[in-house]
Amino acid sequence: MLFVGRRAALIVLAQALAVAAPAGEIVQVKISDLAFVPAEITVNVGDTVEWVNEDFIDHTATAKSGEWDVMVPAGKSGQVQLDHAATITYFCRVHPGMTGTIRVSAKR
Amino acid sequence: MRMIEISGVAAAIVLVAVTTPVHAADKPSDAQIAHVAYTAGDLDIKAAQLALKKSKNAEILAFANDMVRDHQAVNDKALALVKKLGVTPEDNDTSKGLVKQSSEKQAELAKLSGPDFDKSYIDNEVAYHKTVDGALQSTLIPSSDNLELKSLLQTGLKIFTGHLEHAEHLANALH
Repeated sequence: MLFVGRRAALIVLAQALAVAAPAGEIVQVKISDLAFVPAEITVNVGDTVEWVNEDFIDHTATAKSGEWDVMVPAGKSGQVQLDHAATITYFCRVHPGMTGTIRVSAKR
Repeated sequence: MRMIEISGVAAAIVLVAVTTPVHAADKPSDAQIAHVAYTAGDLDIKAAQLALKKSKNAEILAFANDMVRDHQAVNDKALALVKKLGVTPEDNDTSKGLVKQSSEKQAELAKLSGPDFDKSYIDNEVAYHKTVDGALQSTLIPSSDNLELKSLLQTGLKIFTGHLEHAEHLANALH
């Protein structure tokens, strides 16, 4: 009984550690003067891209595939975590001339 | 003072057609430029508010909300700047022309509904932003003396160029 109890506790501990494990790095992209800077980045699966809007107007970071649409209000930030390898192009819905590319690599 | 001519093409709320080169002696003053820029933004907000009342198209409503938010943000910056610079925005023939054209177009739009309204509103937004962007490029930016005003107008041009691209995309989808 004691053995089963320890084993169960270990499983719970392992699950807790898995949940708490770092999900990846946070990679920042600035939004400045109506441009994503840098416009192209390479990240790994599990990383999070954080857009930091330095403009005085709101922007979005919207995947052309439609898989995500992140609001990035003026002076604030917005994030998306990337869960699969792909090359994703994105743009601002309000100012569609603003574009960027994220290369998501499977290698960790 | 050299005036920016207002043409009367029905498709546009405003057509600020710059037909002659700017000469230093007759270029608009910073006070007049600030007022024209502010008025142009304010009129587009009013057009967007009409769209928010009349349209049922989700994309038109989203676009109109974007116009209200962006133009208000630019105009807030413009107001803060003229206050800081101690400039009193000066009404002039160009801004008066903008208001007159806008009122006429608003009256036209108010009679329409459904898809007819949506098409007319977005066509007008395309024409309006083309015209304002053209005026910024050819007259308002080169004529402005104050560097902060010039910089704000340059940022405004980038923002409004984005609006033009967005409006053209929507217009293509609706027609």
